[in-house]
Amino acid sequence: MALRRFAVQFGLRAQAPVADLAASWGRAFATVLPELKYAKSHEWAKPQGDVAVVGISDHAQGELGDVVYVELPEVGATVTKGETFGVVESVKAASDVYSPISGEVVEINQALVDEPAKVNSSPYEDGWMIKVKLSNSGELGDLLDSSAYEAHCQH
Amino acid sequence: MRRSVSKVLPQLLRSNAAASSPAIQQIGFKLHLVRAFADDTNLKRTALYEFHVAHGGKMVPFAGWSMPIQYKDSIMDSTKWCREHASLFDVAHMCGLSLTGKDAVQFLEGLVTGDIAGLADGTGSLSVFTNERGGIIDDTVITKVSANDIYLVVNAGCREKDLEHIGKHLDAAKAKGMDVTMTIHDDRGLLALQGPSAMPVLQKMTQFDLSKFYFGMFAKFDIKGVPCWVTRTGYTGEDGFELSIPNSGMNTIAEALVADSEVRLAGLGPRDSLRLEAGLCLYGNDLEQHITPIEAGLAWTVGKRRREKFDFLGGERIKQQLADGVPIRRVGFISAGAPARQHSDITTPDGTVIGEVTSGAFSPCLKKNIAMGYINKPHDKAGTEVKLVVRGKANNAVVTKMPFVKTTYYKG
Repeated sequence: MALRRFAVQFGLRAQAPVADLAASWGRAFATVLPELKYAKSHEWAKPQGDVAVVGISDHAQGELGDVVYVELPEVGATVTKGETFGVVESVKAASDVYSPISGEVVEINQALVDEPAKVNSSPYEDGWMIKVKLSNSGELGDLLDSSAYEAHCQH
Repeated sequence: MRRSVSKVLPQLLRSNAAASSPAIQQIGFKLHLVRAFADDTNLKRTALYEFHVAHGGKMVPFAGWSMPIQYKDSIMDSTKWCREHASLFDVAHMCGLSLTGKDAVQFLEGLVTGDIAGLADGTGSLSVFTNERGGIIDDTVITKVSANDIYLVVNAGCREKDLEHIGKHLDAAKAKGMDVTMTIHDDRGLLALQGPSAMPVLQKMTQFDLSKFYFGMFAKFDIKGVPCWVTRTGYTGEDGFELSIPNSGMNTIAEALVADSEVRLAGLGPRDSLRLEAGLCLYGNDLEQHITPIEAGLAWTVGKRRREKFDFLGGERIKQQLADGVPIRRVGFISAGAPARQHSDITTPDGTVIGEVTSGAFSPCLKKNIAMGYINKPHDKAGTEVKLVVRGKANNAVVTKMPFVKTTYYKG
């Protein structure tokens, strides 16, 4: 997931000082599910046979804040590992979501049209985004397992 | 679900120090990583910096200051709290100044559109500083404390520009023998307390009778024993107060306010949602050097008496615009799809570009996308169907009267 466009309207730029971030933000205790695979960009993939379900992690939804809109690809579209497949919008900013795997979109989560906040309340279940028919199941091996992802998030 | 807080960002910042890696893309949240290291040594801090950090504020750079964008509440929750209870904002980054002397009013009127002479003592109003072409240099709340004493608050992002502009004209005025002095109040900070509970909360801390203190009024009174300058105004559309407090008293008052269960801290994030819901302009988005108050829908800031002589910078152009009308107008929109943001095109249903969005967001209170922008006449009529183009998609939108959320200014 990445901040694609800086929608904060009064021109916030650059980043907060590291020391201040460390001081002002607490320790992360975001949920990481052991049965999923994760990308460093905070998306997860759940293999289900030759299909993978994709969404963003609890970590990511926490960072974003309240999700107000989710833009997803059409069914039938091709997604490519490492490339954007959609956008998640919070009150103040739009963030790209990157596909952790390549393949064809076979289903999208229509519930997110009316209830984008499911991404916040249930990032691994009701907040799933797309289901992809894998074109290269080997790519799953490139993803992080839950402990590696947890380490990636916390160190 | 409670939002989790992460150490991702510090980790990414460290990793970025090594090389320009794809880690740059892995930013969560609202921060745009352009450099690998924190270059914050030049950021100014208000008197409440430690207070913000202690209360869980997420500090970000804004207009050269380190300011809290939000605290533990989400921007949505914080915005709603303000409209239902009371929110406290540190706005000490804004610049307070005074113009004093027997020629202060006349001097200031040369630079702004408002009828300052016509203001009753102890009242203020929004006005704009204009340039030679009638464009807006900054918007400001101007308060006439007394005939020889004017208090102004200008935007943090325009501070240098405004002070240079005023200073230049001040030098010329003094050279002509005018009696006017400018004082910048950097020894004072500004707090904004906004919301329906603002009055009862503040009343507990002062003897001053707030029930007779109406929108736009100004008075000097003690709060918690600290001598303050208070204006009944704000930037949220709610009833509220802006408190100018000596820096030494900022923490005392801030702590006292947050101790009240009706009050929660709010940062720049909800401040922006609130003002947009209230249809209020943000300089740098909705107002700019090339936009006149007439185009911006702020013709009311041109005082009636000022329309006799138009004796302010750019007066001629403003006079002509009032006489002939202007081809564009600032209006509001409610739209479907992804929220439109600054610079989104506005088009007719068949795709002809007829304007541009200058501010947009998802409204926490309305649960809809709201936006403000400039549109060519005659498409500016409320109810006109247009499209707002977001990431290549033309979303349905309708021109909507502002404010989007009803204002509740205290008028007695």
